[in-house]
Amino acid sequence: MSELAVRVPPHIRRIALAHVRDLTLIPAIIAVAVVGQIVSPVFLRTDNLINVLQNMSEIAVLVLAESLVLVVKRMDLSLESTVGLAPGIAAWLTVPTGAGHGLGLLPGGFAIPLTLGVGIVIGLVNSLFIIKFGLNGFIVTLGMLIVLRGILTGISGGQTFFQLPDSMLYLGTNQWLGVPVSVWICLILFAIGIVVLGFTGFGRSLYAIGGNLDAARAAGIRTERVLWIVITTASVLAALGGLMLSGRLASVASAQGNGYIFTVFAAAVIGGISLNGGKGTMFGAFTGILLLYMIQNVLTLAGIPAQWIGALNGGIILIALALSRITGGKAQD
Amino acid sequence: MASMTAPVVEAAGITKRFGSTVALDDARITVRAGETHALVGRNGAGKSTLVSILTGLQAPDAGTVDFGGRPAPRPADRDGWRRQVACVYQKSTIIPDLTVAENLFLNRYEGRRGLIRWGGVRERARELLATWSVDVDVRSPARELTVEQRQFVEIARALSFGARFIILDEPTAQLDAAAIGRLFSRIRDLQRQGVTFLYISHHLQEIYDICDVVTVFRDARHILTAPVGEVPKGDLVAAMTGDAYAAGPAARRRTPSASPVLKVSGDVTFEVKAGEIVGLAGAASSGRIELAEAIAGLRAPAETIEINGLRPRPGSVPAALAAGVGFVPQDRHREGFVPDMSIADNATLTISGRLGAFGFIDGRRRDAMARTLIDNLAIKTPGPDLPVSALSGGNQQKVVMARALAADPRLLVLINPTAGVDVRSKEFLLAKTEEIAESGTGVLIASDELDDLRICDRVVVMFQGQVVAETSAGWSDHDLVAAMEGVDLDV
Repeated sequence: MSELAVRVPPHIRRIALAHVRDLTLIPAIIAVAVVGQIVSPVFLRTDNLINVLQNMSEIAVLVLAESLVLVVKRMDLSLESTVGLAPGIAAWLTVPTGAGHGLGLLPGGFAIPLTLGVGIVIGLVNSLFIIKFGLNGFIVTLGMLIVLRGILTGISGGQTFFQLPDSMLYLGTNQWLGVPVSVWICLILFAIGIVVLGFTGFGRSLYAIGGNLDAARAAGIRTERVLWIVITTASVLAALGGLMLSGRLASVASAQGNGYIFTVFAAAVIGGISLNGGKGTMFGAFTGILLLYMIQNVLTLAGIPAQWIGALNGGIILIALALSRITGGKAQD
Repeated sequence: MASMTAPVVEAAGITKRFGSTVALDDARITVRAGETHALVGRNGAGKSTLVSILTGLQAPDAGTVDFGGRPAPRPADRDGWRRQVACVYQKSTIIPDLTVAENLFLNRYEGRRGLIRWGGVRERARELLATWSVDVDVRSPARELTVEQRQFVEIARALSFGARFIILDEPTAQLDAAAIGRLFSRIRDLQRQGVTFLYISHHLQEIYDICDVVTVFRDARHILTAPVGEVPKGDLVAAMTGDAYAAGPAARRRTPSASPVLKVSGDVTFEVKAGEIVGLAGAASSGRIELAEAIAGLRAPAETIEINGLRPRPGSVPAALAAGVGFVPQDRHREGFVPDMSIADNATLTISGRLGAFGFIDGRRRDAMARTLIDNLAIKTPGPDLPVSALSGGNQQKVVMARALAADPRLLVLINPTAGVDVRSKEFLLAKTEEIAESGTGVLIASDELDDLRICDRVVVMFQGQVVAETSAGWSDHDLVAAMEGVDLDV
């Protein structure tokens, strides 16, 4: 009897269900695209769409990082400071003295390894406090956010690093096949994220840890090791996002990344990542940030004055949350 | 003498249902002034439901509760209930970060114009504790109290509401022998001052030491009430287990092989052979759960544990899994499954490595595996993709069992494997356990449920971290219950 019940339909339903949950925001994205096209015929042109993707590429990498952390039921606020500090330290050590405000201690080739190395160190410090000492992740990373921001202000003297080495500019300025490298990186990272979380044992262990830590441990998952890996990976991704941003702007301002974390959380939650852990996909997170940036682009094209963009951004986040609540059908958590 | 006045509490015809479960079925109890009345019964006998009805936390579906001959207060009248009865639970209701004085008069502080006069509160607290000769500094934070002092403070608080009838729910579970002695002399003192106790304990010997009258509940019903001196221990145990179970051991026909799959040595020493079911019995505080969890790698063991001739790294679940342990944890909701994950993912959580190469999971292989397990355990579901949270309790427990079986274990460790599941799932899970043992797997069942233990070839009984008895094949329910409750029938 059960043989009959489970033969084929559930398999098909499984695929369908998984996709339906993933595709919650697609109708909203299509709707925004239609409105955008009505507002301005420029909207759907390839160069405008690439422009949207490039503008969101750095913060999207942060959304990916935060989504990983949220899936295991932790949070990392310090990512936005890592965005500034990691390339900031690289620039400080490699930019020549003078107008660029650097120390010029190391050749330019060290810049990328330095940036990623700072990301690893920050991730390890976060993990040490959160996992080893068992402190609350919100408070730990809030403290880290302030400390890291302060360190960047300290080493830069509140000024901006210019004349970055070529290696730091590459990701933000070059193109592959007519598309900016940062867009490629963002898309490739999300593709890896989707595959790892959706189709590997490691990914499944993240959902198990976020869904029920004790059950994951009882099932033989090395929960602490997985958490170290996730928190450290998130910081490295934030450092990479910072590198992409510095490359595009050809500088590292002492406020680089300031305030990003709110948009990052909003995009992740709109995209279906649960703040209570164990829920959501990386594809969903991607559609979350894509939706936010498409709406911003439409507003810009519609000629909304710049001083109103902040208020509108907040409003958009609330509306997008409400929309995803309605289309998702379940209470947001 | 006590029979002249109305009983302190009289509950009659009490029936209480939770869904399809009958927690109390026409049950009754009468407690007379000045006596210390024992209430005993096995798990599920209805003791805790009766306590919540006697303290007004739940209303019965049928029946009456009278205090001193007058009907009980309305359910909403909390102060009215507090003047009649109080219960000191096993779990503390004291707030650890407040002082003793604050705890005693919680939400009853007096003061002027909404401001609390702390001096007055402390003074009243000191008077109260002095009245009942409790020697505790009212200014010390409650967290600094010992379990014993904490219980005295709770009793004093109950008395301060005017109640002279106090329910003690397993008060000795966390106390050492000396503290138990002091508690008993305190109970006798209070008894002389006119306080009446209803005493609930799993430790039958205590009832003979301290109580005047005993009431036995079994399967939601009242079985007997009699003066303690008139009930020999054997009869008391018989009343708790019931005649139906006294017939002797169920037929056990397995022939375990000679090779042990589990060897525990140290404070507790026993073996489980391949193809054998061994019970690890004892009350909740006996240490049986801790030992079973240590074998599964969830905590570091005090004993030396050898599985299949290997000594897996202590306190490591992956090591225990690799050594061939399948594990059903104590509380399925807490550590048994991930509620939002599918049956397929939950059932195969321990065997990710076998579902594909290079860490990838082959969805078809996982679902095929899950379907085999679903069929094997008769899990009622439209398919393997349903989240476990959508299943009934019995089927959820089957998923936990499926997870334990997924890796074809050589040793199956089950803690309370049938807790909170319906009768049919329970029978199924136990029959499945026997089937697994017959296929050559060693099984350890850590439980205090007689139904779980009845399928065991041998039962090791623990009491306060030590083995107190080991039944050979052919044990009877009576021997086992007596050992678990800490009484020696031979005395």
